[in-house]
Amino acid sequence: MPAMIYEALLAPFVEFEFMRRALVGALALALAAGPIGVFLMLRRMSLTGDAMAHAILPGAAIGFLVSGLWLPALTLGGFVAGVAVALASGLVTRLTRLGEDASLAAFYLLSLALGVTIVSMRGSNVDLMHVLFGTVLALDDGALLLIGAIATVTLGALALMYRPLVLECVDPVFLGSVSRAGGVVHLAFLVLVVANLVGGFQALGTLLAVGLMMLPAASARFWARDVTGMIAIATGTGMLSGAAGLLLSYHWELPAGPAIILVAGGAYLVSLLVGPERGLLRLAFPGRHLEA
Amino acid sequence: MGATAIRFENVTLGYGRHPAVHHLEGEIAPGSLTAIVGPNGAGKSTLLKGVVGALKPLQGRITLSTGARTRIAYLPQASELDRTFPIGVYDLVAMGLWGSRGLFGGIGRAERPRIEAAIAAVGLSGFESRAIGTLSGGQMQRALFARLLLQDAPLILLDEPFTAIDAKTTADLLGLVRRWHDEDRTVVTVLHDIEMVRGTFPRTMLIARELVAHGETDAVLGPENLLLARRMVEAANDRAPVCAQA
Repeated sequence: MPAMIYEALLAPFVEFEFMRRALVGALALALAAGPIGVFLMLRRMSLTGDAMAHAILPGAAIGFLVSGLWLPALTLGGFVAGVAVALASGLVTRLTRLGEDASLAAFYLLSLALGVTIVSMRGSNVDLMHVLFGTVLALDDGALLLIGAIATVTLGALALMYRPLVLECVDPVFLGSVSRAGGVVHLAFLVLVVANLVGGFQALGTLLAVGLMMLPAASARFWARDVTGMIAIATGTGMLSGAAGLLLSYHWELPAGPAIILVAGGAYLVSLLVGPERGLLRLAFPGRHLEA
Repeated sequence: MGATAIRFENVTLGYGRHPAVHHLEGEIAPGSLTAIVGPNGAGKSTLLKGVVGALKPLQGRITLSTGARTRIAYLPQASELDRTFPIGVYDLVAMGLWGSRGLFGGIGRAERPRIEAAIAAVGLSGFESRAIGTLSGGQMQRALFARLLLQDAPLILLDEPFTAIDAKTTADLLGLVRRWHDEDRTVVTVLHDIEMVRGTFPRTMLIARELVAHGETDAVLGPENLLLARRMVEAANDRAPVCAQA
């Protein structure tokens, strides 16, 4: 029995370096993606995260056009494009009558089409698949350092701005009446979102990077009552999904990135069904009412 | 503190080019308890937004003797508070310490007695760990008053604080308003209940886009002034000519 468990859970990581690297990458990604995802969800920006993930593509594609699959160029390009789209859609929302959702949708569709076109101009379909879905099983030192650095900076920055960030979600008018930090915090948060998407893009690609943010966060909402609990649960779920997804992909020869997101998605469905905080079963069978 | 807490000099506040408050002049004395009264659309809430700095005057100037914005405690009408946000009463009230603790200052065990005292003062003891989404309208308003208490500000602005609040809660919260007045804080409250104004607020500013009257409550709330205020034209007009004083 212990031998079986070893074979199933540990051997892949012990025997293969690329699996260890993938595990480290996935765990580091999940560590920062957990809290970022929870705040995106609580700020009703879940789809914003998705849109920004697409927006990274043309920047990364231009990096690819200039340098091939060279990490710094892809990263820088993606980061610049992501921040540019976030700022541009914010500006359009403020100056015109277009709502934030509509202006983001406009920009990300534009970005996605532009990005795919640019990659296709030089690369093959394999390159396109790399950019769209990532290469979690081929993370080199540079990619791991980048992911680790982004996770470190994210956690530090979130700790520093935790209070205004929470307050900006709960009661923006109050925050505005006591401090001018609101705008800065919103901007800093958007930059962190883009940074994490860029980090995730190495491993999971532009289309799935946001999955490790949103799925664990959405799951956590069904288990915890307060923000702190949600962040802990989301981060834990994300890390478990990373490890479990890699194992599934190893044993059953599934593509690794999608396997990770599928596990996270499975965790979401389970949470939706049995979660104690307004999960479907709890809603259907609330139990008999109390005295007070 | 100077001889005035708030000075309005020819203040016009509005949205787009349409004035909601038009050429308002006046001073509010430090330590005074003032009600702002007027019909719907008279610019009462707009005036408070102007004082807080959330709205820049189209013309004129609002000067505060308190200086920094952290020294104002402001309770907006129908607050934009997200009540689905997973935060408890204790944490919500603790945010009132922002002014003294700032962005990064710790709020920990040392502050606990003050926060608990504020929660007790509004009668919410026992609700500390309840999520704000589970509070009733009156309980929520009590929690927001506890936060105002902690803000410990010399200038307190309340916008229709007793709308849709039952008599008991109103009486309790009105007690806090009186206590602030006794502590020599400047309190400015937008109200529509004329009887409450007559009973509790020594001074009144009656506005109907323009200033109708300002002074001792009994003098301001006479029948002629109230009639005058009611005649205000509510609708903004896109074809209105440019104001001669603009």
